Amino acid sequence: MLNQISLAFKKAKDEKRPALLTYTVAGDSSKKQSLEILKEISNYADILEVGIPHNTPVADGGQIQTSSYRAIKNGIKMNDIFKIVSDFKKSKNSKPVIFMGYYNMIFQYGENNFLKKCKKSGLDGLIVVDLPWPENKIFSNKCKKNSINFIQLLSPTTSNKRLKSITKDSHDMIYYISMLSTTGGKLKVSPKKILVNYNKIKKISPKKNCVIGFGITEKTISNFKNTDGLVVGSQICKEITRSLNNRQNPVINVSKMVSKLRKKIS
Amino acid sequence: MRIKKGIPVIDQGDRLGFWGGKFGGNFVPETLKKPIEDLEIQFNKLKNNKNFIRERDKYFKNWIGTPTRFIKLNNLTKHVGGAQIWSKVVSDANGGAHKIYNATVHCLLAKRSGKKVIIGDTGAGYAGKMLSMAAKKFGLKCKIFMGAKDIKRQQPNVKAMKKNGADVIPVYSGSQTLVDAVSECMRYWVANCDTTAMCVGSTVGPAIFVRICGWSTSQISRELKDQLINEFGEVPRKLKLYNCVGGGSSSFGFWNEFMDYDKKQVEFIGVEAGGPAKSKKHAAPLTYGSKIGILHGAAQYVNQNSDGQIEETESISAGLDYPGISPLHCFLKDAKRARYTAASDEEALKAYQIVTKYENLRPSLEPSHAFSVAIKESKKFSKDTVVIINSCGDAYKDRGILEKKLGKKYVKSN
Repeated sequence: MLNQISLAFKKAKDEKRPALLTYTVAGDSSKKQSLEILKEISNYADILEVGIPHNTPVADGGQIQTSSYRAIKNGIKMNDIFKIVSDFKKSKNSKPVIFMGYYNMIFQYGENNFLKKCKKSGLDGLIVVDLPWPENKIFSNKCKKNSINFIQLLSPTTSNKRLKSITKDSHDMIYYISMLSTTGGKLKVSPKKILVNYNKIKKISPKKNCVIGFGITEKTISNFKNTDGLVVGSQICKEITRSLNNRQNPVINVSKMVSKLRKKIS
Repeated sequence: MRIKKGIPVIDQGDRLGFWGGKFGGNFVPETLKKPIEDLEIQFNKLKNNKNFIRERDKYFKNWIGTPTRFIKLNNLTKHVGGAQIWSKVVSDANGGAHKIYNATVHCLLAKRSGKKVIIGDTGAGYAGKMLSMAAKKFGLKCKIFMGAKDIKRQQPNVKAMKKNGADVIPVYSGSQTLVDAVSECMRYWVANCDTTAMCVGSTVGPAIFVRICGWSTSQISRELKDQLINEFGEVPRKLKLYNCVGGGSSSFGFWNEFMDYDKKQVEFIGVEAGGPAKSKKHAAPLTYGSKIGILHGAAQYVNQNSDGQIEETESISAGLDYPGISPLHCFLKDAKRARYTAASDEEALKAYQIVTKYENLRPSLEPSHAFSVAIKESKKFSKDTVVIINSCGDAYKDRGILEKKLGKKYVKSN
């Protein structure tokens, strides 16, 4: 039986399009609202990345930082984040959910406790930004044992040798960081060049679903139609900020944006 | 947890860069793995290369001006009435603080690897000022990340950085102090690591930065050991080395050469920033029993809440105002080689007043923390005990704060 994440990729492939992955920060701008956003955008997105906000993020640009600080300021705690996931998983449009966060939050919860809670909430996968390979070997094995997909990251600086070892140790899904940037950076590399690297990864590891993230927006997304999946994060976070500043409802605006993104790759 | 004898502490980490199996490491995004590995290979090769060491020593001697003075504080000793009180005046170094050693070494490394730009973080502004000086000296472009709050309170150093041609980039996120400056600097490196070298301003960050910084500041204790033997004919039988600890670069450098001595002979005392006496906030994770967590790529004792969010710190001294602490000091603490305590803002200010009253020495607010504890404890020590305080920064940068807290007469002669 395929796990939920692989199933989502298969479904998109059957429709001859990349899977659409969204990233929103848990608790942005409130617990209730972030849950509503997840419920709405899951009409169009295939996999939902949920950011665990952290206050010393070393890889996030301004947009995601703003969302994270907002969520933390509004009092979001790790247990609230699990609750958001389990509530979402009970909703009718439930889709696979992936956490994206920094290792200290897992470390303080305790790896085993954290995974127990992940499983209980129905979480499907995990991206830990600052736990690279080979440091993540033990933890990623623990994830596997708990049927949670540990998603390895690859970047343009990853050597070929590392690439082979990392993909070998990865589970069903891998994440390619398109360029040297924090999240939310402008696409400073040509899509063609990104696709060359993407195809290199696919050649080494054809069976794994590889998504591209960083710099993917409404403007750039249609350049990457022939891929397994695409992640849009900062643009969504920015839309939440914009909506709040204009006293508009972020749920409606974000949902509109994700629907447009989906159309662009369908 | 034990320290091995005969091996430099900076080289006692395991394969993944952990000291004592749990402090340090490399908790970094995938993108930084390669540049960190490149730096590791380069540094491991060069630190044993005679030409490189000769080059380093040349700049240390002719440009930084080593050795810095080792002086007896006769009046203070008489006033306190206990141990002999001495000071290693590291603020004699070019630029006015120990940060120059690490900055120089990073620029030498950057130059050898063909990088054109070097970036760095700064709290008190010393790391930034020194990096801007060294970058200018070695023909590198320089960007310094500094919390907006620190920019306001350490203006003299900000001016110096700009004068040296560096871009000073204000950081407005979070508490707008050192912790946010380091985060922003690392983020900039993530996005530009192909063309840019990064210098972490203290013995913090991913393991390689801890090692390079510790290797660089160890110059302090190398000099001190010679100076002690010159003065006393041997390393004194009762020696106590007091140093303030923020990130931990000056203290580690002040102690390193004496690591293998029995602690009954050479005791290390690290003084953290306790913050304002009335505030619950502090920057003293070792003194107040903070839990191990991950900050800026390394596992360490760090001020944080139960969820793992890093907590805001408070200290009058921007250079110590950091929620974490070097993995090296976590290691020294758990191996029981060093003892850690804290001084409050008020205690540091009082120590500054005492030192400047009795001596022709003007320690910045950071070493004033160390003076505070050293003065207090020296009273109880015998006359043959040698107490040395590392006066690792000059108070010129603090004139604004000193004037506000103590009045004009304390800054006049600056």
